[in-house]
Amino acid sequence: MEIDSSQGRMAAYMRDHQDKVVGRWCELVVAGVRGRSSAVEIRTELEDLYALVLRVMAGADQEAAGELRAVLAELSASRARNGFTPRETALAVFSLKDAVYELVADSSDLVPEYLSFSRMIDDLGLLTFETYAAARERIIADQAAAMLELSTPVVRLWDGIIAVPLVGTLDSARTQLVTEKLLETLVATGADHAVLDITGVPTVDTEVAQHLLKTVNAARLLGAECIICGIRPQVAQTIVSLGIEFGDIATKATLADALRHALTHAGLKVTEVDRA
Amino acid sequence: MTLMDELPIQSGDDVVRVRQRVRVVAADSGLSLVDQTKLVTAASELARNALVYGGGGTARIEVVTSAAGRAGVRVGFSDDGPGIADVDLALTDGWTTGGGLGLGLSGARRLVDEFELTSKLGHGTSVVVIKWSR
Amino acid sequence: MERVPILKLGRTLFVSIQIDLQDDSVMRLQEDLADELAATAATGVIIDITAVEIVDSFIGRMLTMIGSISRLFDAETVLVGMRPAVAITLTELGLSLRGVRTALNAEKGMKLLSGRAR
Repeated sequence: MEIDSSQGRMAAYMRDHQDKVVGRWCELVVAGVRGRSSAVEIRTELEDLYALVLRVMAGADQEAAGELRAVLAELSASRARNGFTPRETALAVFSLKDAVYELVADSSDLVPEYLSFSRMIDDLGLLTFETYAAARERIIADQAAAMLELSTPVVRLWDGIIAVPLVGTLDSARTQLVTEKLLETLVATGADHAVLDITGVPTVDTEVAQHLLKTVNAARLLGAECIICGIRPQVAQTIVSLGIEFGDIATKATLADALRHALTHAGLKVTEVDRA
Repeated sequence: MTLMDELPIQSGDDVVRVRQRVRVVAADSGLSLVDQTKLVTAASELARNALVYGGGGTARIEVVTSAAGRAGVRVGFSDDGPGIADVDLALTDGWTTGGGLGLGLSGARRLVDEFELTSKLGHGTSVVVIKWSR
Repeated sequence: MERVPILKLGRTLFVSIQIDLQDDSVMRLQEDLADELAATAATGVIIDITAVEIVDSFIGRMLTMIGSISRLFDAETVLVGMRPAVAITLTELGLSLRGVRTALNAEKGMKLLSGRAR
């Protein structure tokens, strides 16, 4: 944002009529806000902004521009969190132009300065849009993370045998989370076997297979053997046609098969009890 | 405003010091434990390279902020060693193929979010990596 | 330079890495272990890395080499206590540590050596 010292005259004019301009600005903003903020709160916010705008226009100090951007960014982020649309926040900024225009409408010699001023306010209005977008993206990212966290349970099938049912697409972010939870559970339970159930994974291509292999690798480094189960017939065909090799990792069709395999491996046997 | 730590890499102890400093900065910047470990491991590889192949160098650690407001840690390694003749070769997987220069550069690259390598024969090497918090 | 102590428990050599080791110390450990294996005819080596926060390619190579050296002396090496974050990083680095067996902790490691597990 350029600090245009040629706005000095305009700044002085605006300072002289501060109450009138801020009052009018406030009216315009309150109308747009439709009762979601009180007039008093808004007046205080606008007065602070106005003071900063004047400082920037006067070109006196270097920090004013940075401060103004920071205050606007914070305002925009807070509005976003409170459910205001970005249009509403930007309009609030743009309406200062209307308030000031009403003030200088009759002074044609202030036109060049008004143009610079107008450009500066446009820039500030756009800034609020950018900040809004960034704030919303932050919220979406947090929600996505929460959802990811919820959808990766690790269950204990038996002493020393845990299972991880995988549901949905296995991308690198989910794999990372699954691996972390799996490893933490291995440490917490001392399990030697982990069953990765991919019944709920719609497609297994080379990338997904690589993710699975990484998870198995990491579990091995903690001394646990992995069994992959839940391979559906179509998936099996895709895997073979893509030339994916699971090497020495045991793969089974169902969770029951995997459990049987793990139990055998653990030296356990299931026998029928005589019920007399 | 960013504060930068500058650490010399002239000995094995210096490599350990770089690891420890990167760990502290990464933890303070809010990186998850796994991300911290990845960054410190990458830093260890690169610091060692600077020492062993570069004849000694410097590490620069600083906290950075992305355009979207996320915090990250940038670590730069520079040395005045012989430089790398074939950068592409150096970045190939030295583990699986047995080729590459065994510099662990490709591995380090996988551990970080951003990786920039500049090197010229006779003009030393510079590697800058960034790991962002999630 | 820090020297990692090697304990002898029966026919097993036990090493616990407690601190952030610099390269010289790791190489020294490899030498010391080779000496001990030759001198004691131990049949197993347990390397406990529960306290180790970073395993990079150099340390990884050293560990694999220790595994190979042990095998030359007809001893088996088990790496125990790897931290999840380290396991994930090693996997990302592409280091599989072939030639070294792994176990969750020292107890399981001992079971592996005595052939009772699996």
